[in-house]
Formats: sequence, C-alpha cells, structure tokens
Amino acid sequence: MPDGVAHHPALAHHFEDLDQQREAATLGMWVFLVTEVLFFGGLFATYLVYRSWYPEAFAEASHHLDIVLGTINTIVLITSSLTMALAVHAAQTNRRQLVFVFLVSTMALGATFLGIKGVEYFHKFEEQLIPGSNFEFEAQYFQHAQLFLSLYFVMTGLHALHMIIGLGIMTWMLAWTWNGTITDAYHSPIEISGLYWHFVDIVWIFLFPLLYLIGRH
Amino acid sequence: MSSRGVLLPAHHYLSDFGAASWLLTRDHKRVALMYLAAVTFFFFLGGAFAVLIRLELITPAGDLVSADTYNKLFTMHGVMMVFFFLIPAIPTVLGNFLIPIMIGAKDLAFPKLNLASLYIYVIGASCTTYAIITGGLDTGWTFYTPFSTASSTTAVIPAAVGIFITGFSSILTGLNFIVTIHRMRAPGMTWFRMPLFVWSHYATSLIMVLGTPVLAITLLMVAAERLFRFGLFDPALGGDPVLFQHLFWFYSHPAVYIMVLPAMGVISELVAAFCRKPVFGYTFVAFASLAIAVLGFLVWGHHMYVAGQSVYAALVFSFLSFMVAVPSAIKVFNWTATMYRGSISWDTPMLYAIGFIGLFTVGGLTGLFLAAVGLDVHVTDTYFIVAHFHYIMVGGTIMAYLGGLHYWWPKMSGRTYNELLARVSAAMVFFGFNLTFFPQFLLGYLGMPRRYHAYPDEFQVLNVLSSAGASLLGVGYLIPMVYLAWSLRYGKLVGSNPWGAVGLEWTISSPPPTENFAETPIVTWDAYEYATRVEGHVA
Amino acid sequence: MLTDFPLFPESASTMAPRVDGLYFFLVGLTVFFSLLIAGLIVTFAIKYRRLTPDSVGARFHGGMALEVVWSVIPLGITLVIFAWGASVFFAMSSPPDEAINVYVVGKQWMWKFQHLNGQREVNELHVPVGRPVKLIMTSEDVIHDLFVPAFRVKADVLPGRYTHVWFEATKPGSYHLFCAEYCGTQHSGMGGQVVALGPSEYQNWLASATGGSMASAGERLFADMACNTCHREGEVGRGPVLNGLFGSTVRLQGGRTVVVDEAYLRESIVNPSSRLTEGFQPVMPAYQGLLTEEGLSELVEYIKSLEPAQPVTLSMASTPGGSERTAQ
Repeated sequence: MPDGVAHHPALAHHFEDLDQQREAATLGMWVFLVTEVLFFGGLFATYLVYRSWYPEAFAEASHHLDIVLGTINTIVLITSSLTMALAVHAAQTNRRQLVFVFLVSTMALGATFLGIKGVEYFHKFEEQLIPGSNFEFEAQYFQHAQLFLSLYFVMTGLHALHMIIGLGIMTWMLAWTWNGTITDAYHSPIEISGLYWHFVDIVWIFLFPLLYLIGRH
Repeated sequence: MSSRGVLLPAHHYLSDFGAASWLLTRDHKRVALMYLAAVTFFFFLGGAFAVLIRLELITPAGDLVSADTYNKLFTMHGVMMVFFFLIPAIPTVLGNFLIPIMIGAKDLAFPKLNLASLYIYVIGASCTTYAIITGGLDTGWTFYTPFSTASSTTAVIPAAVGIFITGFSSILTGLNFIVTIHRMRAPGMTWFRMPLFVWSHYATSLIMVLGTPVLAITLLMVAAERLFRFGLFDPALGGDPVLFQHLFWFYSHPAVYIMVLPAMGVISELVAAFCRKPVFGYTFVAFASLAIAVLGFLVWGHHMYVAGQSVYAALVFSFLSFMVAVPSAIKVFNWTATMYRGSISWDTPMLYAIGFIGLFTVGGLTGLFLAAVGLDVHVTDTYFIVAHFHYIMVGGTIMAYLGGLHYWWPKMSGRTYNELLARVSAAMVFFGFNLTFFPQFLLGYLGMPRRYHAYPDEFQVLNVLSSAGASLLGVGYLIPMVYLAWSLRYGKLVGSNPWGAVGLEWTISSPPPTENFAETPIVTWDAYEYATRVEGHVA
Repeated sequence: MLTDFPLFPESASTMAPRVDGLYFFLVGLTVFFSLLIAGLIVTFAIKYRRLTPDSVGARFHGGMALEVVWSVIPLGITLVIFAWGASVFFAMSSPPDEAINVYVVGKQWMWKFQHLNGQREVNELHVPVGRPVKLIMTSEDVIHDLFVPAFRVKADVLPGRYTHVWFEATKPGSYHLFCAEYCGTQHSGMGGQVVALGPSEYQNWLASATGGSMASAGERLFADMACNTCHREGEVGRGPVLNGLFGSTVRLQGGRTVVVDEAYLRESIVNPSSRLTEGFQPVMPAYQGLLTEEGLSELVEYIKSLEPAQPVTLSMASTPGGSERTAQ
C-alpha cells in the first residue's frame, strides 16, 4: 500500500480491499459448510442403509424417543436462527445494541436446546437405552434397535458439539460487537457466523424427522 | 552457468530470524518450508518401515520379525506414506509456496488458517506416531472391520484419531486453495491463463474438501464402535462390515487422485519449462484435471469387486473406472506432444518428468487390468495391486515431487545444487524403482497375496529381486537429502530465472520477497508464452 | 529353490484360460502403449535437445482433431476391455445348477470344509476334476478371503453372511489355497491346498467318509433344538412349513419377495425378524450365538432336503396366531 493512505483497520494486508476480503471469507465459509454436509453425510448414509434394512426395529426404537422434547427443541432452534438473522440485519444497519440483544438471545436459545438435549440423554440413561453393556430392548429387535440408538447418539452428539462450537463463535462475536470491531462497514464476521448457525439448524431439521418421527402418524 | 555478480536479494522471505518468526508466521512460503521438513521426516520414517518389510521378504519364512511385528510394519508404512506424505506433500510444500505467486497474489486467502493447518497436521501425525510407540497398529492402513473394531489388540483408536485430526489439515488446505484461486487472482489472470499447476491443485482441492470429511466420520465411527461397542460395522452386533468398506473407499479412492493430480500439475510445469513451449492442449489438460476429480468420486466400488456386493454394482463401478482412465491418457498424450519440436534440456527436473510419464503410463495401464472385473478377481489382494499403486504413487507422485523440488529449489532457496549428483540420483531412483516393483506384477499374477509375512518357496527369486531394487531406490532417495541440504549453505547463487522459464514465479527474486510482489502484476499473457516472454538467461 | 521358479501360474480350471486370455491382451496393450510413449519421449528428447541456451520451442495452435482422436481411441479400447471383463465376470458369478456344494467356514487362522456327505476337512479341500464345485462360505470372526490362484477364483468370506464362489478343476493336482484378506497375526499362515482328484479317485475318497451326511446331522440338530415345535411337518404351526421351501419365492412382511436360498435360510435362523414371512408373528427366537456355523449349514442342508409332502398352496391370510392353509 502506498504510504500515507489509510486503510480500514480490519483489512488484512494480503487483500486489495474490504470487498475482496469479505468475498473470500464468505466463499470460505460456504466451502466449509459443504465439507460439513459431507461430514454429516457419512452418518446420514449409514442411517439410511440400516433404516432401509431394518424398518420395524428402527420404528420401534424411534418411538422410545421423547417427541415432545424433540419438537420443543426444533422450535427453539428455528427461533434461534431467526434471532441470528436479526442479529445480522442489525449489524448491517449499525444498531450495536440490537446486535447484542439478538446475539445473546440466539445463545440463550442455543443453550436451552443443549439443556433439553441433556435432559433427553439423561432419560435415555435411566431407561437403559444407551448402547453398550446396559442396553435393554425387546429381544426380537434388540440388535437393530441398538444400532438405531447408536446412530441417534452419534448424530445428535455430533450436532450438539457443533452447537457448542457455535456458541463459542457467538461469544467471540459478542466480544467484537462490544469493542466496536463490528460496524456497518465491516460486519462480515457476523454474516459468516450466521451462515454457520443456520447450517447447524438445517442439520437438525433433517435429524428430527429421521430420528423422532419414524412411523408416527 | 555463472553466478558472477549474482547476489542474494537484500531482504527476502528467509531474512528474519528467530523461532517466533517461523512458528507464528503468516507467510505461505515459510509454512511451505515447515511442511517440507515435516513430510520429509515422515517419508523417511515410512521408508524405514518399507526397508524392514523388504528385508523380511528376502526369505520365504517369516524369520526376521514376528508375524505381529510384520503386520504392524506394513500398516504403519501404509499409514505414514498415504496420510502423512503422499496426500500432503506436493500441495503443502509446492502448492503452498507457489500458488499465490503463480496467480499474482501476496499470500493465500487465509494465511493464519494455513499456519493452523500445519499445526493440525503435526498434531495429528504426532498422535498416530504415538500410537506406534505405544503398541503399534496392525489393521492395515485400510482399517477393515470387524478386525479393526473387534479383533485387533493394537492402538487403533489413537491411530485413527491422529488420522482424523490430520484430515482437517487436508480439508483446510483445500478450502484455502479454492478460495485463493477464486478470489485472489491478479488483474488479467483469467482462469485460462493460469498455469496448469494451479488447475491441478484446484481439482485436488475439490477432492480434499468433498472426500476427506467422509473419511473423518468413518474413522470416528470406527473409534466409537471400538470404544462403546456400538455395532455399526460388526455383524455380531447387527452391523455390516461391507458398509465400512463403502464409506472408507468413498474417500480413499478419490484420495489417490489427491495424490496424483498435484503431481500431474508439476509435470505440466516441468515439461513446459524444459521444452520451452506451451503444454499442448492446455484446455484439454485443464478440463481433464476436473474430469478426474469428478469421475474419481464415482468408482470406489472397484476396490470391492470380491467383497460381496452385487454383480450389477460391480459392473457399474467397472464401467466408470474405465471412464476415469481416459482423461489421464489424454494428459500423457498431451505431455508427449509438448515435447515435439520443443527445445529440450536434460536437467534433473526434466529427467524426473520423463520418468514420471513413462512410469505413470505403465501404472495407469495396469489400472485397466484392475478395472476389468473378471481379471481383477484373480489379481485383487495380491502383489499385482501393490505393484500397480506403487507405480503410480512412487513412480508417479514421488518422482514428480522430486522433479518439482529440484525445479523450484533455486527459487525457494536462492541456490542451486550439484547437477551431476542429482542426475545420478534420478537414474538410481528410476532403475531402483523398476527393479523393486516390476517383479511384483509377476508375483501378483502368480498368486502371492499381499500383506504376507511368509510365502511359498517358489516366490522367493522375484522377492529377492524386489528387495535388491529397494536398496538401490533407498540410496537414490538419500543422496538428494545430502546435496540439497549442502546446497543451502554452499550452493551457487542464482538470479530470478535460472532456467529461462516463463511464469510469474520467475519474475521475482530468488528467494522471493515476503510480500511476493512489490506491485500486483497485471497479466496480459497466456500461461506458457515462450516465444515472447523469455527474458532471463540461465544464471 | 533358487533355480526353479515359475513366472506364470498353473492353469487348472475352466475359468483360468478365459482370465489369462484377457490378461495377455492387456499385457500386449500395455507393452504397445508403453513402448510407444517411451519411444516417442526418448526420440523427442534426443532429436529436439536444446542446442543453444536461449532457444525456445515451436509454438502450435489448435490440435483439436488430434485431441479428439486420442480421446476417442482410448475410450473405444476401454469399452472393449470393459465388455470382455464383464463377460468373464458374469461366468464367474453364475455357478452351474449341477455344481456340488461344499460349505466353508473361515476363522482365524484356518479353513474348515464340510462336504455334503458329512466329510470334514481342515485346510485341505478335495474336489473332483471335471465337475463344477460351489463353495458356500462364511466366517466365524473377521473378513477372510478364499483364493485359489490356479483356478483364478477369489471371494471374500464374511462373518454373518454366506458368500460363494465356484470352479471346475480341469486337471488333477494339488494347488495353493490362500487367505487373501488380511485377518490378523497368522494371515499368511492361513493357507492350505485344494486337491483335485480324477473321477474314480474322488469317488474312493468320498466313500472313505464315516458318519452321516450334513442333512442327517441337520435333522438331528433340528430335533435337538426343538425347531419342530413351530415348524411342523406338513402343517402350518407357529412357523412356516419348511417342506419345499428351498428355491421357492416367499412374500415378506412389507410386500417384498425373496427367493429362498442358503443365505435366506441361514439368516432366518440367526435373525428371524429381519426378513419375516408375511402372515407370521415375530415370535421365533434368534439363534445367533447358539449354533456353530457348521451346525447352521447342516440345518440349511437338512431344510433343503425336505421335499413337499403333497402339492400345497399356501395362502398367507393374516390372522393372529398363524395362517390358514388351503390344500389345493
């Protein structure tokens, strides 16, 4: 950069301008989300194969999941995507207070989701539905119901891990909003965090019917 | 060649000293050099295992090491070479160093992420190395279930976790390259003016980004199964071991294209530079890279013809496997045509390039043997397969890597190496390689299965030939380490363009400045415009 | 040892010449193209070597026609190879109906063979020359693979399932048998031989069997395990009639159909609720872990031997407690 020309403090030196930086960051997040689709995709593929082979066992096992808590969680997570979108919009229009409010709401809803999930896991423990030496199920579906529940824990566990990471990212965004890094001129970090959060939400939108709603009318 | 009057640039990317300037660097060139050190270490570690394997196989009886030790040796050889050398080497060393420069950028799109990728690689590789020390791994690099989840008594979980972690390094590198190539090209650097090296790495990055996550989740499931007895892949618990194979090969077949596409990119650059003319059929070669990447995702079942899948599935995979051979053939023909009426120099990089083209042709054609289902039934799981993939990975990728290393060494270090020693090593590598692996085609067709600690007597002669070749090959690899290291201190200094080649990397100093370009270039020429663009002389 | 070594395997089955034919074609193709490319490269490297330090190569434009030619020709060649390989594979995947069945159990680290007449072998398999043999295989633990190079046959042997392979030996002799899927410590020791005998020798060998056939062993097991409590001879009980079941088409719950083969029979014993016959309740206990693989194959052979007592039409009307059968 020629001497004496000021540039935006957030502009990294290897970029020509903020636009290029924002475009690169956005494309980077989209590529990352594609990798996440493939990451969860392996689990979904495994699930689909076993479900097509053992439909009755999977349906039976699915009925042991708490559909009420699952539905509540779905609503909670969708709402959190709404608050996240509102946070992004507030950042675009430079309303710092609102960014704060909406980020905190998103985090609160996310934490609620995780709390309810924890309760569900605990219930499964009490009902002896955790795969392993303590697993209990009707004899004729035993093996394949255990398969279903293994997939349930791995898939929702991985999803929960992604949510925890999302909460970490949002804490970071809170810090940047607080110290003024996020402005209407430079708010792509919040947009990108929003993309990530929406993705985590969409994974749940697929998980919920596949895990909770098998064979329910 | 004379370096009279050539001085090192006053300030370049290696000027700053101190641990922090390296460990906290954001310079893609320094990251590349640190990767060079790391992958070289793992290459020789994996190579040491290979030496022990070939020593054992000199005699038919399993008399050098125990059966369990042997099983650990071939497993760790495979794991080290595949995950910690072949997959990262060219992209992280040459790709990292060159891609920003070749497109006129100051760095990759995400320099800090690049550094993070390096650390993730080191952590993952260390984790798996720890697994060797605390008990080894004996599942084969392929981790087939239920052996890996229910039968093996070795350190499967730490090894799998280490590979899982390293996978993220690969994913993030690919992500970085994709965004860089899309967004950081200098003005005038259109897609079809980019060097083919960049096209190859773009195609490679697509595979890294799409395929590696599936391996990651598969290894995670293996670890979960082993730890919690989940039963995802164990029939005793309701699972299906063939499902593991599908998930594993869905990544691991495209992975071989991660290993070979960057090598092909290097070869395109070497052939153009040492014939001083554009690569013939530039557009076809560029699209062939993309075709290989796409088709490469559709053929994984050819590793499983005898695994118990349906006849029709086998035939579909066979058909597609033949399709993926065609773009590779196109590239070989194009490189050969490039040499027609070129101005060909026999410098070491070109020797490696020519070696690559010949050996890759043989390796690729033997792939046709394997794509044909009726023939694969006989040769799968035998030394024919071992020979086939070593022709491509060693005769192919490693030769391209060495060729590229020698070609860009003066750029990276500012110095050149001893040409005589280099040519002798190249010859040793070529002859040692063929002596090692050609007998293995015969062994395979004869029926010697792979991963065998002991074998019937009648296979001994061919095994002895192979082991003899391996010793020649090993020496051929060691010598470059010596003269390349020596050249860092005592090598002749070179100017910006010692080879008289065309490319943005040859317009900047050797070694380059940290920011690559004082001013962003504005590109108005095609990739290999030799007639008009050669300015430098041989230094 | 060091003076007499083969470079090409023996050819001892009907399939071997077909595989070798494709192999030699490909070897010829490989030699041709390798020499072509190598020859061109070396010729060009010499003929066009750089003579002055500053010289550059000639510049060419176009070349589309050439690109098309060397794309289409390889494509054509690969299609030919594909078709040829597919044809060989089809033959490999189609055991003749008259093939003699032998049951194989692989385990770490040995091969167990059960002939239909009850004879059992370990690591050595006797087969007749000139008659097709089909191996029905399963594993007791991890994945193995049965490989006989001289016959050009190979197939993975999986736990929990049957896989099969067939061959027809063409000349008497003793041929290597290898395990070709890595399976642990003694993987390279898990071998043996296939001994092909001429017709009369094979008959003699068979006659040396003591003890009963697999089917009769299966019949004893059927009674010991009280299978006849629910699977009654000639009438429908809590389980389907087994007479004439093998080879027939059965409707499953959910509407799909299945042709009853060894694999389905084995699965139905080990995990009955997986593919339940329509009209029956899932009350059959799973015998997984309660029977050895040898016992399972004996039961399978016994069930195969059950001819229908009289022609029956089974109508699968779904009533609790069983189905109704209407005699034709």
